[in-house]
Amino acid sequence: MKKKRKKLKKVRAAGMENKTAVYLNGRLVGYHDNGSALLSELKSRRRTGALSSQVNFYYNQKTDDLFINTDSGRARRPYIVVESGQSRLTPALLEQLRRGEITWGSLVKLGVIEYLDAEEEESAYVALRESDLTPEHTHLEIDPVSIFGVTVSILPFPEYNSSPRITMACAMAKQSLGTYSVNFNLRTDSRSHILYYPQQPLCQTQPYRLLGFAERAAGQNFIVAVTSSYGYNIGDAVVMNKNAIDRGLGRSVFYKTYETEERRYPGGQKDKFEIPLPTVSGYREESAYRYLGEDGLISPECEVHAKDVLVGKTSPPRFLEEITVFGVTEEKKRENSLVLKSGEEGVVDSVMITDSTSGTKLVKVRVRSIKIPEVGDKFASRHGQKGVIGLLRPQEDMPFNKDGIVPDLIINPHAIPSRMTVGHLLEMLGSKAACYSGNLLDGTAFTGDKEEDIRKVMKQYGLQEVGEEILYDGFSGKPLKSRIFMGVIYYQKLHHLVSNKMHVRSRGPVQLLTHQPTEGRSREGGLRFGEMERDCLIGYGASMLLRERLLEESDKTVELVCEKCGSIAVHDHVKNRQYCPLCDADASKLHEVGMSYAFELLLDEVKSLGIFPRLLLRDKT
Amino acid sequence: MAVAKKNQIEVGEAVGIVAAQSIGEPGTQMTMRTFHYAGVAEQVPTGLPRLIELVDARKEPKKPIMDIYLKPEFAKTHEKAKEVAKNIECTTLDKVAYIEEDFEAKTINVTLEPSELEAEGVSAEEVRKKVKGLPGAHAEVKENTIIVKPSTHSLRGMRRLTNRLRGLHIKGVEKITRAIVVRAKDGSHFIRTAGSNLAAIMKNPKVDAEKTYTNDVQEIARVLGIEAARSALVNEIKKVLDMQNLNVDIRHCMLLADAMTAEGEIKSIGRHGLSGEKAGVFARAAFEETVKHLINAATHGEEDRLIGVTENIIVGQTVPVGTGLVKLKMKL
Repeated sequence: MKKKRKKLKKVRAAGMENKTAVYLNGRLVGYHDNGSALLSELKSRRRTGALSSQVNFYYNQKTDDLFINTDSGRARRPYIVVESGQSRLTPALLEQLRRGEITWGSLVKLGVIEYLDAEEEESAYVALRESDLTPEHTHLEIDPVSIFGVTVSILPFPEYNSSPRITMACAMAKQSLGTYSVNFNLRTDSRSHILYYPQQPLCQTQPYRLLGFAERAAGQNFIVAVTSSYGYNIGDAVVMNKNAIDRGLGRSVFYKTYETEERRYPGGQKDKFEIPLPTVSGYREESAYRYLGEDGLISPECEVHAKDVLVGKTSPPRFLEEITVFGVTEEKKRENSLVLKSGEEGVVDSVMITDSTSGTKLVKVRVRSIKIPEVGDKFASRHGQKGVIGLLRPQEDMPFNKDGIVPDLIINPHAIPSRMTVGHLLEMLGSKAACYSGNLLDGTAFTGDKEEDIRKVMKQYGLQEVGEEILYDGFSGKPLKSRIFMGVIYYQKLHHLVSNKMHVRSRGPVQLLTHQPTEGRSREGGLRFGEMERDCLIGYGASMLLRERLLEESDKTVELVCEKCGSIAVHDHVKNRQYCPLCDADASKLHEVGMSYAFELLLDEVKSLGIFPRLLLRDKT
Repeated sequence: MAVAKKNQIEVGEAVGIVAAQSIGEPGTQMTMRTFHYAGVAEQVPTGLPRLIELVDARKEPKKPIMDIYLKPEFAKTHEKAKEVAKNIECTTLDKVAYIEEDFEAKTINVTLEPSELEAEGVSAEEVRKKVKGLPGAHAEVKENTIIVKPSTHSLRGMRRLTNRLRGLHIKGVEKITRAIVVRAKDGSHFIRTAGSNLAAIMKNPKVDAEKTYTNDVQEIARVLGIEAARSALVNEIKKVLDMQNLNVDIRHCMLLADAMTAEGEIKSIGRHGLSGEKAGVFARAAFEETVKHLINAATHGEEDRLIGVTENIIVGQTVPVGTGLVKLKMKL
């Protein structure tokens, strides 16, 4: 049995069946004889300024309900009002606007521009362009780009790209390095990047200029060639010009702020900033404290390396000591200094002393390090084309054209066809033309510069129309067999820098509980050899390798096992005697057994469940 | 045979793991595809859901299906096959009658519908007889209506009886809800059914019992024995994988089926089947329900001989597989 879809039913109080229900902010406030007349009256009053421009109306003809919304929190966006197929934003008004006689606000007041909320949009018929207007239209989009959000509207030529790439480009634009704040030098963000020589793009969009992004640009214009490069740009790797990098391309600073405070503890004890004495428990190497002043703080412009102390600090012991017969014991202190994390280095940029919210002394140390592009750093254009540096090649080995122009970056042609980022190619070509003509390229969605016009400019300057050039191999000096597409395009350095991610371990710290290697880069940890990896080794029958991975390189321990009772025996190092604590068996009945510490832990935990596990020993045959 | 002998697996080869990986790896791709057949409702489960069904050794598949092949004289024409199919298809009372409860009179009124009776080829008399034969009720015939008086007066009992009446078997083979004649590639006809009842179908003299097939593996095990179930399991698993164009060597599927059927009944893979019955305490504890297995082992004073792979990894010994299987016979 199929259920018939119920029609929306008009619900009315008795006697009001033929009237329009009027709701104010979702609450029924009354009835009206003619809903559509009321609606047009309300709208015209709003447009003449008799009602606030922030009020929105929505008339549902099916249910004969009229909604008036005046409450806060409605997302609204502006449209140009259209009346009988004519935009109310007349050329005369535009001219006045240009001369500065009127403002946006006055256009809203005049009822030329109107803000609609989500509900009122339902009853609007909006034209995208003025040329599309028909008498049925009620509104006109201010500009076709306005259908995009802030992030997309900054991308050049998005209408030439596939949508997933646009999404990726948006995500990556947020990771690009630039000047995130002009007062960065006074700020203490826990980590921040600043690009050395930001450039405004040669290809900009209308919203880009409106936002003033050009003044805080986050990228540089790269000369890019699209060709394979001796295998060093396979699979989204890129080859970069070493000399261009030496001239400052893609260079950035990385600031990291460390902080520590003199905490107070219950019992009147408190931390102290000082150079710890060698008697303090947990004292590091003497050299670790070499930069500290008498106040325990490091001075600016010190070159620091991993495990150097930035702020010397001693803390009271974690547990209260027993009080001796004489009453007072000398207080033992604990070393609790602020140390540069392993794998990091840089120069102390500034040291700041303030009070924390709880009134204690707070010290912030900002360490700066210059990040020069290196193999593994990530770059991306504004078309979702990201890549990691695969090789830094000296300029003399890079391909060059007849004018001696050498690309800064070589991307792989395979990055283009399947991803359909035509906008990338267009920006390359357009920006190249812009270099010769001296005019910025307009990449605004739908209304930006067109390919034919770019081609015309290229022709005008005597260049190959589609941007292909004969390049000469940097090693042999012979012309490459095929013409290479070379152009200029805006590239962003993304904040995924290898130097902040690189991690290796051969030996290192282990966990206290399991004796297995620690996890994570910050703890110098190992990479987990997991269950599926284990399955693979079993599948190969590589038993010895498996044991090595899981035991020898992890948590191997040797324990004494009592052959009489099967429990784990002890070695008393003081008396140098081995015995079984359970059955008093002596050393002759004890055997050394190698096992994983995790297993021993398991035995202990099983014992805590009230189960007594015995190990039955047998000679290996 | 000589070739087979030559290609035998080496001692110590980890066939189980390799089989699991070989079936599991393409299986991950299957997950993505099969769960997203949007819109196609109520199909026979294929892909991963079917594979899970098989491996879990469910009592009955979601959609039991039989392919009934007929003796040559019935398989030739569509009409003849159709006749057989009609006799096979199961008819229940609610198909030929309108059943209504009368709570005031405490009766259930079964009104026969002559047009339906004719379409199904059942006489009203037959139906009356069947209804009267139902225990726990007293039936009275009144023209075209049968008035059933339940012996209990509770509403619940009445409702139960109504449901029994609705499902009352009138004609055909039980459990077979639909039977359609399908033309095979060679021009002969066979019957495909929804619902499966192997034992009853095989007794039908018009049916070629040797070729007749069901996708209900449990039923095959019941009717034809465990060896038949094993090969059915292999076939079904292979069929699922083939349908997805996944190239898995049949020997992996055979090993899986062997493991499931080795004990004489079909065991599922998982907590309630194979993995839950592993020999070693540690192996079971490592899989699922750790504490339960440890405590049971303690109460029974169990001993783990460290025979399996998992146990040896836990204690940190070489696993008795591959290179770990080789041992020195003599210490020199």
